[in-house]
Amino acid sequence: MTNGYIDIKNTDVMLIMGGNPAENHPCGFKWAIEAKRTRNAKMIVVDPRFTRTAATSDLFLQIRAGADIAFLGGVIHYAIENNRIANEYLTNFTNAGFIVKEGFKLPEDGLYSGFDRAAQTYDKSTWNYEEGDGIGAATVAAVASAKPMLPPKVAYDLTLQHPRSVFQLLKKQYSRYTPEMVERITGIPKDQFLKAADLFTSVRKDGDMKKVATIMYAVGWTQHTFGTQIIRTAAMLQLLLGNVGRAGGGVNALRGHSNIQGATDMGGVFDIWPGYLKVPNPADVDLKAYLDRTTPKVSKPAAWDSFNYWSNTPKFAVSFLKALYGDAARKENDWAFHYMPKVDRNYSWTEIWDNMYRGSVKGMFAFGMNGVAIGPDSQKNIAALKRADWLVVGEIYPDETSEFWKSPGISPAEMKEIKTTVYRLACAGFAEKDGSMTNSSRWLQWKNIALPPPGQARLDQDIVAQIFLKVRELYKAEGGKFPDPILNLTWPYTDPQHPALAELAKEFNGKAIANLTDPKTQQTIKDGQQLPGFSWLKDDGTTSCGNWIYCGCWTEAGPQLARRGTEDPSGLGIYQNWAWSWPANRRVLYNRASCDSSGKPWDVERKQVWWNEAAQLWVGNDIPDFKADSNPKEHMGPFIMNPEGVGRIFGPLAAFADGPFPEHYEPIESPVQNPLHPSQSNNPVVKKFSTPADKYGTTGEGFNIICTTYRLTEHYHYWTKNNPMSVQLIPEPFVEIPIELAAELGIKGGDKVKVTSARSYYIAKAFVTKRIKPMTIDGKKVYQIGVPIHQGYRGIQEDAGRDARTIANRLTPTVVDPNAFTPEFKGFLVKLEKA
Amino acid sequence: MSQATLQIRRISGHAGPVPGAGVERAQTVCKLVDTTTCIGCKACEVACLEWNGYTFSETVFDNSYQTMPETAWNYWNLIKFNEHEREDGTLMLLMRKDQCMHCAEPGCLAACPADGAIVQYANGIVDFQQDHCIGCGYCVTGCPFNIPKFNPSTKKMFKCTLCADRVAQGLEPACIKACPTGCLHFGTKDDMTDLAETRAQQLREHYGFEKAGVYDPTGVGGTGVIYVLHDAANPEAYGGLPKNPHIPWVVRLWKGPAKWIGNLAMLGGIIGVALHYLRFGPKRVESAKDQKGGQP
Repeated sequence: MTNGYIDIKNTDVMLIMGGNPAENHPCGFKWAIEAKRTRNAKMIVVDPRFTRTAATSDLFLQIRAGADIAFLGGVIHYAIENNRIANEYLTNFTNAGFIVKEGFKLPEDGLYSGFDRAAQTYDKSTWNYEEGDGIGAATVAAVASAKPMLPPKVAYDLTLQHPRSVFQLLKKQYSRYTPEMVERITGIPKDQFLKAADLFTSVRKDGDMKKVATIMYAVGWTQHTFGTQIIRTAAMLQLLLGNVGRAGGGVNALRGHSNIQGATDMGGVFDIWPGYLKVPNPADVDLKAYLDRTTPKVSKPAAWDSFNYWSNTPKFAVSFLKALYGDAARKENDWAFHYMPKVDRNYSWTEIWDNMYRGSVKGMFAFGMNGVAIGPDSQKNIAALKRADWLVVGEIYPDETSEFWKSPGISPAEMKEIKTTVYRLACAGFAEKDGSMTNSSRWLQWKNIALPPPGQARLDQDIVAQIFLKVRELYKAEGGKFPDPILNLTWPYTDPQHPALAELAKEFNGKAIANLTDPKTQQTIKDGQQLPGFSWLKDDGTTSCGNWIYCGCWTEAGPQLARRGTEDPSGLGIYQNWAWSWPANRRVLYNRASCDSSGKPWDVERKQVWWNEAAQLWVGNDIPDFKADSNPKEHMGPFIMNPEGVGRIFGPLAAFADGPFPEHYEPIESPVQNPLHPSQSNNPVVKKFSTPADKYGTTGEGFNIICTTYRLTEHYHYWTKNNPMSVQLIPEPFVEIPIELAAELGIKGGDKVKVTSARSYYIAKAFVTKRIKPMTIDGKKVYQIGVPIHQGYRGIQEDAGRDARTIANRLTPTVVDPNAFTPEFKGFLVKLEKA
Repeated sequence: MSQATLQIRRISGHAGPVPGAGVERAQTVCKLVDTTTCIGCKACEVACLEWNGYTFSETVFDNSYQTMPETAWNYWNLIKFNEHEREDGTLMLLMRKDQCMHCAEPGCLAACPADGAIVQYANGIVDFQQDHCIGCGYCVTGCPFNIPKFNPSTKKMFKCTLCADRVAQGLEPACIKACPTGCLHFGTKDDMTDLAETRAQQLREHYGFEKAGVYDPTGVGGTGVIYVLHDAANPEAYGGLPKNPHIPWVVRLWKGPAKWIGNLAMLGGIIGVALHYLRFGPKRVESAKDQKGGQP
């Protein structure tokens, strides 16, 4: 979240879309209720189903799954047409006035400039700003370069009138997203759409800047072949309305696990190191090449200033290498950069399973997740595991993955043919270990052990440590191709077999490994002391830090992440002394944008930070997310993580794989051709998978119903089917079906039904409901149904034979978003019949 | 039944005064359920089970998110779901937490013939004392909300205690503690009524629910559980909340006039016997001999 859960109480209008917080984030949702109760805030919910979130909303719109960009693009169009935009904010804090290179083309035909059809990729060199000083054409001759770069000086027009200004391009791009077009694509009647657009943009009525609107979303937005671009559209809308950086505003991702934010922060995906540093690729022959490629250079209007905080990348990267390799990382050996794996291709979730299916991945460690149930295409994942040599599962229950060989449909004879060796390790549950969890609000919160792990169950970190130490022993004894990275990895824990998480937390906070002195304040940090914050990090090997954004969480003053102070002097719910929020304990990101150009808060009732002229400093109730002594006269942009210093309405160059502005594309399986450009219906850079398991359905084959998957408040993913209390609340799998569709098919509530996609089928009971209505999409009558994901073939009810033991993700297709590689779990095609 | 040490106000089937009545003054407690902010998460259901020590019972999917059709002897707290279509065609998903209403004039207590099986504490909580319960089920007849439930194995009646044990220790009921949205509140009846009225007013003035109001039915003397409803004119839509609940006339008659008529009749009988005695003296037993003598 740019903001945080508690901050939602400060909002005036909420748009909840692609998420169902009342059901899936109920504790955080209390703050949405609080905003309604204390501020008379209004809530708009847009969802394919009338959810329990919708039940508390003030306006609910039923949208077709996968039509979100059309809806949001329509709101952008409405805001511009009705002048419900934040003019001063837009001009000064975003790239709206930047001029885009000649040759850039908008996707009227579904394609941006530079598309290479054979490779299904874009040449993005025209997706760039024009170089120049002030308005007009380039004054500096563009240097021919193999790799396109952002120009250091960007041409701009603060009147926003230049035809190639970002604002004019934005206006043109979304001029096609009229209320009529929104209705054709989303199925939301025009009058309802206008009601929502009016309500959401009402915060900027008559040029008012006091009010704030927020957007909340979850995996209903990410799980599409254009998921990243949906979130982009939301961010652009929020920039247009001046809602980012402000209390009660922002773009707020509600994460689906208690620590999924922490997993991402710590580099739990293949393409980032901890702290969102990019991974090296094979072209990065040395550290310099890597840092040159990954450290952005300032690109801004000449008269403005840009902090470009990522210019510190070398400090973060070298400190990270020092944390990994200690004394083995020296200046002479490039800080051991050559130890680090160079990522040569996509190793994301679906790729790993695809590789295993194809036979190149031979084994898997599965900890804290149930890969078969997660999908997509559970049957493909089961087929992949059958071909693996070994599988290690660390879990608290036997699950669908550790028992993949028992999945329904596998005969005893076939079972004998499966040669995969499965090792099941009993792990500790969340209450049986200590450690910190990072929530959606970016807070690191320390928890203590409630109970010791039962029986022989072990802590995950102990298992990983003991495997590592064994592997290192083997390397020591037998050598190997490249033993150095294994032999030289630092392992400074008091008990190496059982590393304490407190020690790990201190390690990722970082420490000084020489005496350091701040030349400005003369403050000194002694060799070996914990660092107070990431501004102390160095690229000369005198600091070590496992994750720069976590620097400050465990200082010499103690574990900041374990703090429990409940003071809130501002009343804004900042709680500065509760736990610790990255970065630098800031609660709202980009909070400099909560003030106007001169440094005065847009709303004096919700004062977050402000410029103190006397002290010549930014001060406030929150920690300023800004260069503390940058006088507003210097016109430094509030979006310090962008090299431009401003918010990106236009995402230049390689920022996105599929376009600098979002465009509506149809899901890979869709009942209609894209009404905007039928000849380019899907996202052009999305590639389908090609094993025999990867089948994609069409309406021509009778797959006419849109299906979407989701979670219920009563269950937690695939765990709680082992918990009697949760099972009692929702005992059986069901499929939510509109009354009208049920009547057509002669289905009554409680009847057994079979849902079939091009991949497989799912059997559950019918939940015939008024909460999903038939829709008209581009003139065609379309039904949507919904499948909760929680059941499988291993759980209380499953073991007792009380359900059909199928998994919802047998239905879902293997196809992913080209930016984040998230599968398209929402909005695919199925058939429905009585079972 | 709770292990509470609360002052008792009323006792079922009990003759004579309530022991210790008036020794302590207690505020009437009240639970406020704001149905307009309920998200149907059922945290209250689980909290209720866990606090009261009930475990898993098998349920069956019934075309609803609702856990089971009605509360049960071992399931005292149930969110009732209703997909309600308004006159303008818009849909509402109404969710109401159903449990004992802790009526100020409890029909169950009035109907109960067993001395001390149902008590009302001075703070208004109505509690079943299973030790004294005879399992007759008359309380079911007395309750307009269909709350008391029979446990066939112990042959006793059960229902929500408003966590009298917790309340006696200064804690809120378990359901209140578990509620994540603040849809549930607990406090004195006066405070809860104020809070509820303020919220209803907000719903009328800012959220377009012109008929929003508070459910605190007078037919049972007001309740220890009050609801904020979007539409107070149509409580039935909220999982069958009765519009004008009252103690059934049979119970009123039985425990009111009928009881006195009965008592009168009984007294009359005793007086009649006494008069008969005075007038005719004791009934003499004829000698066995004489009787026998009559036989051959």
